[in-house]
Amino acid sequence: METDFNTLQEFLTHTKGIAYLLIGVALVALPLFWRFITGRDGKKQTF
Amino acid sequence: MEHLTPTPPALTTGRDTVFTPFNIVSGIIILIGCVITVLRFTRGIGGVSNLNDTNPWGLWIGFDLYCGVALAAGGYVTCAACYIFGLKQFRCAVRPAVLTAFLGYGLVVFALNYDVGRPWRLPYPIFLSQGTTSVLFEVALCVFLYLSVLMLEFSPVAFEWLNWKRARYIIGKVSMVLIIFGIILSTLHQSSLGAIFLITPSKLHPLWYSGYLPVYFFISSIFAGMSMVIFEHSLVARFLHDKIDAEHHLESNNVALGFAKSAAFLMAGYIMIQIIGIAIDNDWKYLPTRWGLWYLIEIIGFVAIPAILYAIGVRERNIKLIQRTSLWAVLGIVLNRLNVSLIAFNWQLPLNQRYFPSFMEIMTTIFIVTIGVVIYRFVVTRMPVLYAHPDFPDDH
Repeated sequence: METDFNTLQEFLTHTKGIAYLLIGVALVALPLFWRFITGRDGKKQTF
Repeated sequence: MEHLTPTPPALTTGRDTVFTPFNIVSGIIILIGCVITVLRFTRGIGGVSNLNDTNPWGLWIGFDLYCGVALAAGGYVTCAACYIFGLKQFRCAVRPAVLTAFLGYGLVVFALNYDVGRPWRLPYPIFLSQGTTSVLFEVALCVFLYLSVLMLEFSPVAFEWLNWKRARYIIGKVSMVLIIFGIILSTLHQSSLGAIFLITPSKLHPLWYSGYLPVYFFISSIFAGMSMVIFEHSLVARFLHDKIDAEHHLESNNVALGFAKSAAFLMAGYIMIQIIGIAIDNDWKYLPTRWGLWYLIEIIGFVAIPAILYAIGVRERNIKLIQRTSLWAVLGIVLNRLNVSLIAFNWQLPLNQRYFPSFMEIMTTIFIVTIGVVIYRFVVTRMPVLYAHPDFPDDH
C-alpha cells in the first residue's frame, strides 16, 4: 500500500482517513466479539 | 452457595527427604547463579555478558525487567477487579496475585543490580540525584514505591502466619489506601516502560515503534496479568493442590472464566489499536517483509489466536482450554517485550553487530526465575496464601 505524498496534509488526510475507517470497524467488531464471548452466559451473570 | 468453613490444608510436603527432583535441580541452578554473580561483580559486566555500547540493554532488561513487570501486573489487575470494581468472586486470586507481583518486582530490582552494577548506589536516583526529566526516573520511582506498597499489601499474610494480630488489624485498616495507591503506580509505570522507547524511532523497527507505545504496554499488561493469574492457578492446582482449601478451589474456576472473558476482549481491542497504529504511521509497506511476517506471527499467533481460544473457552466453560491458552498468552507477552527491547531493536544493524545473550546472561536469568519459584513455593507451603487462616477467616 505504497502511496506518494507531496505535503504533510496529504499524508495526514490519507493516514487519518484510514484510521477513522478502522475505528468504525472496531466500533462494530468489538461489540460483536463481546456478544460472541458472552453468548452463552446466563442472564444474571455479570463477570 | 452454602458457607464453606475454611479448612487449612496440611502443611507438610509429604516427603521425608530434602533431595527431591525440584530441590536438586533448583539447587544446582542457584549454585551456578551464585558463581556467575561472583564473576559479574568481580570481572565487571563485560566479563559475563555480550553487552556493548551499541547494545547496552540485553536479556536482563528485556526479559527480567520488561517481562517481569508485565507478568507481575496480575497484582494490580486482580486488586482492581476485586476491590475497585467489586467483583468479589475474584477474592481468592488476590493473595496469590499479590505474592507473584511482590516476588516479580523484587526480582526485577534484584536483576537490575546485575545490569547496573554497584548495588549500593541503587537508591541514588530516588534520594540523591533525581533526573526528573527522564522517563526512567519515573519508572524507577514507581517501581520503588510499588514494591514498598506490595510489601505492605502482602504483609497481612506474614502477620497471620506469625499470629501478630495487632499488626494484622492495623494493616487491615489501611489496605484500601494501599490498593488504590498500587493501582495508580502500576498504571503509571506500565505505560512508562513503553514510553521509554519513544526516544528510539531510528532504532526500533517501525512495526513495533509507535507513538502509542505507552498505550500498547499498558493495555497488554492488563491481559498479561490476567493470563498470568490463570496460568499460576493452573500450576498451583496441579503441583500444590494440597495447599488449597475448598473455597479457593471452587472460586478458581470463576477466576479463570472471568479473567479469560476480560482478557479476550482486551486482546481484541489491543489488536485493533495495533492496526490503527500502523495506519496512523502508514507502516503498511513493512508488512510484506520478513520483519512484517515476524510481526504478524506475534500479533496473530500470540494475541489473536489466544483471544479466540479464550472466547471459545468461556463460551464452552472449558477451563482446561482457558488454562492452556493462558500459557500461550503469557508467551505472547514475553515475545512482545523481547521484540520491542531486543529483537526489533537495532534492526538495521548487520547480523554480526546484533546482540545475542551470552551463556552466563541466560543462566543468570534462569537463576533469577528459579529464585522466584523457590521463594513462591516456600511461602505458599507455609503462609495462608491459598487458604484462609482459621483465625482470620473473614479478612482473607
